[in-house]
Amino acid sequence: MNSTNNALYNYCLRLADNNLILGQRLAEWCSQGPTLEEDLALTNISLDLIGQAESFYEFATTFTEANCTADDLAFLRSEREFVNNVLVEQPNGDFAYTIMKQFLFSTFAKHLYTALANSSNQTICGLATKGLKEVNYHYMHSSQWLIRLGNGTDKSKEKIQFAANDLWCFTKDMFEMNSVDTLLIEQNITINLSTIYTPWKNDIEQVFKIATIDLPTDTNKIIGGIKGIHTEHLGHILCEMQYLQRAHPGAKW
Amino acid sequence: MVTLNNTLTVEDVWGLLNQIIDPDIPVINIVELGLVRNVKIGTNNCIVVTLTPSYSGCPAMHVFKEEITTLLKENGANAVEIVTTLLPAWSTDWLSAETKAKLKHYGIAPPQGLASDNKFLFSTKKIICPRCESNNTKLISQFGSTACKALYKCDACEETFDYFKCH
Repeated sequence: MNSTNNALYNYCLRLADNNLILGQRLAEWCSQGPTLEEDLALTNISLDLIGQAESFYEFATTFTEANCTADDLAFLRSEREFVNNVLVEQPNGDFAYTIMKQFLFSTFAKHLYTALANSSNQTICGLATKGLKEVNYHYMHSSQWLIRLGNGTDKSKEKIQFAANDLWCFTKDMFEMNSVDTLLIEQNITINLSTIYTPWKNDIEQVFKIATIDLPTDTNKIIGGIKGIHTEHLGHILCEMQYLQRAHPGAKW
Repeated sequence: MVTLNNTLTVEDVWGLLNQIIDPDIPVINIVELGLVRNVKIGTNNCIVVTLTPSYSGCPAMHVFKEEITTLLKENGANAVEIVTTLLPAWSTDWLSAETKAKLKHYGIAPPQGLASDNKFLFSTKKIICPRCESNNTKLISQFGSTACKALYKCDACEETFDYFKCH
């Protein structure tokens, strides 16, 4: 594999892993939603994310040995090989906690895909253009709920503010870069993530203001996702998600 | 007109593809939905159908691929290849007025405005009830029975209905 292909492979895994892990987390809400409508909404968003993950994994397989499939990448890699951001692997908590996690990630994905829609790589460009249409709705969904919860009861406000404070330390990880980014930025395949930090934060501030909740202060940050260093939660997700393929290798529907 | 060593022509293939119905919206087919981007006869008379996905995770896409292959083979195709294209990304802007009328008749409010125009995509414009045509409606959930639809309620006729979102 030449260096550009190697970087593209790693970059696709990062995009795919973020979508897969967040999609898997959201799927945990299936039949647990606070209302039937929300149960459907959360699982529909999950479906979009897992669909996007599948597309990025499929593109990643074009850089691997011929017999590697998207399923192999999803089900047969271990924790240290996953390069998703630590935010997406955090537990769902209560509904407000899930909404906050969705909002912080959807806002990031919206800006990232907007930029990647101009990628010099045709497949990245196509997948980002398609993904952006879906992410726009995810952003609308989570921001509207956030505003509702912030302006709701004392309890709902307390819960959404707690979620913001608790999850804030994981957000910096989304903007971490390494040599993969450096190489792909040079070829206009991707962008310098620091360029979308301010637009991301502006969106967050704007919605928090309407929701009357406070922006948490930058005290500490937990990073490491793109190096494969995760919080304890990822291993547990993988145990559940990969069980069948690990216990019965090659099992098919 | 291109003729295969069997009897299928490109036109025949388009005709057959018109028979494949979206399971979630059983009044419109995959051609009307804009999912079929191209049909051509490739090497060794293999029929190459180019599809574009509607939503990334739409489970119906897998069903369509199998249905297309089965239907074309039943009608005499020797080999069928399904190719996926991503650009241009699928859009509800491609639905014809006739297709939108079919959706409405079925009870699904068709997309209002153009997805390519952010003014429509994020507008809070009232969605018109497909049953009683009232605009006295409200959003219940941004995600309805499938990812492509939102759930609305009409305060005039009191019915809930699906809205096919701008995409």
